Amino acid sequence: MRTATHATWAACAVAAALAATACGGGGGGGDKAVLTSSWGDPQNPLEPADTNEVQGGKVLDMIFRGLKRYDPETGEAKNMLAERIETRDSRNFTVTVRDGWTFSNGEKVTARSFVDAWNYGASLRNNQKNAYFFAYIDGYDKVHPEDGSKQSADTLSGLKVTGERTFTIRLGQTFSTFPDTLGYPAFAPLPRAFFDDHDAWLRKPVGNGPYTIRSYAKGALMGLRKRDDYPGADKARNGGVDLIVYTDNNTAYTDLMSGNLDLVDDIPAAQLKNVRTDLPGRYLNEPAGILQTLAFPHYDKDWSGSGSEKVRTGLSMAIDREQITKTIFRKTRTPATDWTSPVLGADGGYRAGLCGDACEYHPKEAKKLIEEGGGLPGGQVKITYNADTGSHKEWVDAVCNSVNNALDDDRACVGNPVGTFADFRSRIGDRKMSGPFRAGWQMDYPLIQNFLQPLYYTNASSNDGKWSSEEFDALVDRANGETDTATAVGLFQQAEAVVRDDMAAIPLWYQNGSAGYSDRLSNVRLNPFSVPVYDQITVG
Amino acid sequence: MGRYVIRRLLQMIPVFIGATLLIFLMVNVMGDPVAGLCGERQCDPATAAQLKREFGLDKPVWRQYLTYMGNVFTGDFGTAFNGQKVTELMGTAFPVTIRLTVVAIVLEIVLGIALGVLTGLRRGRPVDTGVLLLTLVVISVPTFVTGLLLQLLLGVEWGWIKPSVSAYATVDELIVPGLVLASVSLAYVTRLTRTSLAENRRADYVRTAIAKGLPRRRVVVRHLLRNSLIPVVTFIGTDVGALMGGAIVTERIFNIHGVGYQLYQGILRQNTQTVVGFVTVLVLVFLAANLLVDLLYAVLDPRIRYA
Repeated sequence: MRTATHATWAACAVAAALAATACGGGGGGGDKAVLTSSWGDPQNPLEPADTNEVQGGKVLDMIFRGLKRYDPETGEAKNMLAERIETRDSRNFTVTVRDGWTFSNGEKVTARSFVDAWNYGASLRNNQKNAYFFAYIDGYDKVHPEDGSKQSADTLSGLKVTGERTFTIRLGQTFSTFPDTLGYPAFAPLPRAFFDDHDAWLRKPVGNGPYTIRSYAKGALMGLRKRDDYPGADKARNGGVDLIVYTDNNTAYTDLMSGNLDLVDDIPAAQLKNVRTDLPGRYLNEPAGILQTLAFPHYDKDWSGSGSEKVRTGLSMAIDREQITKTIFRKTRTPATDWTSPVLGADGGYRAGLCGDACEYHPKEAKKLIEEGGGLPGGQVKITYNADTGSHKEWVDAVCNSVNNALDDDRACVGNPVGTFADFRSRIGDRKMSGPFRAGWQMDYPLIQNFLQPLYYTNASSNDGKWSSEEFDALVDRANGETDTATAVGLFQQAEAVVRDDMAAIPLWYQNGSAGYSDRLSNVRLNPFSVPVYDQITVG
Repeated sequence: MGRYVIRRLLQMIPVFIGATLLIFLMVNVMGDPVAGLCGERQCDPATAAQLKREFGLDKPVWRQYLTYMGNVFTGDFGTAFNGQKVTELMGTAFPVTIRLTVVAIVLEIVLGIALGVLTGLRRGRPVDTGVLLLTLVVISVPTFVTGLLLQLLLGVEWGWIKPSVSAYATVDELIVPGLVLASVSLAYVTRLTRTSLAENRRADYVRTAIAKGLPRRRVVVRHLLRNSLIPVVTFIGTDVGALMGGAIVTERIFNIHGVGYQLYQGILRQNTQTVVGFVTVLVLVFLAANLLVDLLYAVLDPRIRYA
């Protein structure tokens, strides 16, 4: 009998193994007008006020339309759902929502759709990571107390619905370009379904954009289809988009080469040298609103004393940006000459050459300036970066090489990798940096304000180096209060000059967006956020 | 037999607790996971504090561990940062990886043992030398090279397969990735079977069986192979766990969204709940596979008894 028992054991093991193979479904049906595109798993739940990275933003841009929308080509903020936004004092705004807009579930988009969504986004209780976007609105401190104490209100007192299609916004301070920030996805309207059955909504988000989500397998695949009853002018020109999650952009590239994928919006660094021959005429390399800088710990006495600005300027002059962008990045980056981005355009505040000599390679002067400033603190700088994403090691090593060559000292600069992005961020948050560290900024909206205030204003959310200047703060305040855009931009540029004179952060290069596509597609473009303009792509 | 199993099961408890505790501590020393959630900016302190409270990260580590283990025993593996239940992540990831592992193991068993028998019975002949050389090459080339090479040749150059596996990860799509995953183990299985077979061929019982006049086929399958497979079974058994946990590289190359993918993402995002949850299940798989192997010994060799 004993043998029989053993046999049963073995049989069970085999049965369990086979049962596992039995599951799994069939492949998706191939619709000819539908294109496939590479995607990354969004880090946060796909809610407008909780999505702060490109991958989730990609989807929101397809399924939502806000009051404003940034022109995919020029980046200019244009009215979308807003019929008009009026103000007399740059503090009180009256918004009129266009008639005839609906969510894909048929519900009408009204003033309330916006006000409810914004109140949800601002409320501390909902843990929305973009809550601070609502901080300009009156009453934010009540719904989102900074010290984390219990919130004393549920809704922002600065928002009032005054009619089916009108509502008013009252800000805590004057902010002339506020309406132009409203194209950011966090300001999208939400249907009642979002509040009534939140879990169901998260499983399959419903918006008011040119696409609807047909299927969503988290972490793997999202099928978006064209919305036929979409009321806007920017109707999708293709049947839909299937977003496929790739763990490794090399695999996505291989898939594109073999015709298994239509669009890749992240060309792996290793392929940059042959991408032009691999994809003749089907490779895009366009400026995006991304600036890479080296930030400094201004809380450290080594970097805050007088003369330290000379050391920083010297370091900046010791970096051969031209050479590094050419050899390492294959011209997918452009040497930076100011602290904004070319996508803003000259009218928007971009000024090439604002940095002047300080952002050019002058090894002799670099050495002299650093000596004048008292030399490198401790005789060596360590550039801290996170090693898990974005192949930062290559360029940090190149920057260090360049600095070492300029200073004739093999040990003047070394890279200091940190294992994960989360650890890197928590060290920055704990003020544990002792030397320059990698800082990247991807704009939220194409305004010069977005390149300066969050990064250099005293205690601003992304002021990682804790740099502080009364002069800068005062200029920014004045610029925000200015109703005339040109004057405001001028003031922001003056503020930028303050950043330059103290070399608060070293601008390195403007980052381009890159993409490659199959010969099935045409009319592929990248917007200033380096995201493909999906609705304009035509298939076949 | 029953008592043996019970004893083994009891032994698993300290191993299980030790392994999970280690992983838990390792993920925790990596720093504050919430800091990575807000992109290139400081999370606003109020939201960060609230998130920490919700994920229990404001408590001391030992309390976190106890709460976590308490929840695990009620089947609650916590929530990942993207709002998905870890059990839900497991529900999508494990079937895929199990399918991949099964494909790999089947290839390992069928190809590995077949080649082992072939070479073991024809020791010194050209076919033996050829296979030995081939296995040597497979063992010395890293998996990711084999994987990328096959992907490029079969997927892009010749167009026989799709270079990546779709979200559904059906068995036919998994054959090439399974082969890549199994390649090194397959080579070992071949070599193990070969050596073991060659040794036992000279054993007394085989000579007896031949002298009895049994057909050659019966001698090989019933007597020789059954006894020679013991080391091979040990190897394959422990390999089940290793393949499931070690599929990260293969899963990445072929874009398979299985356990390796979830672990990789969990580690990058410092998501304690995901990492500990998945590793816990892998530890269990490992322990179970080992027990199964020990029990299979008795099936293969009646001389081995458990009391």
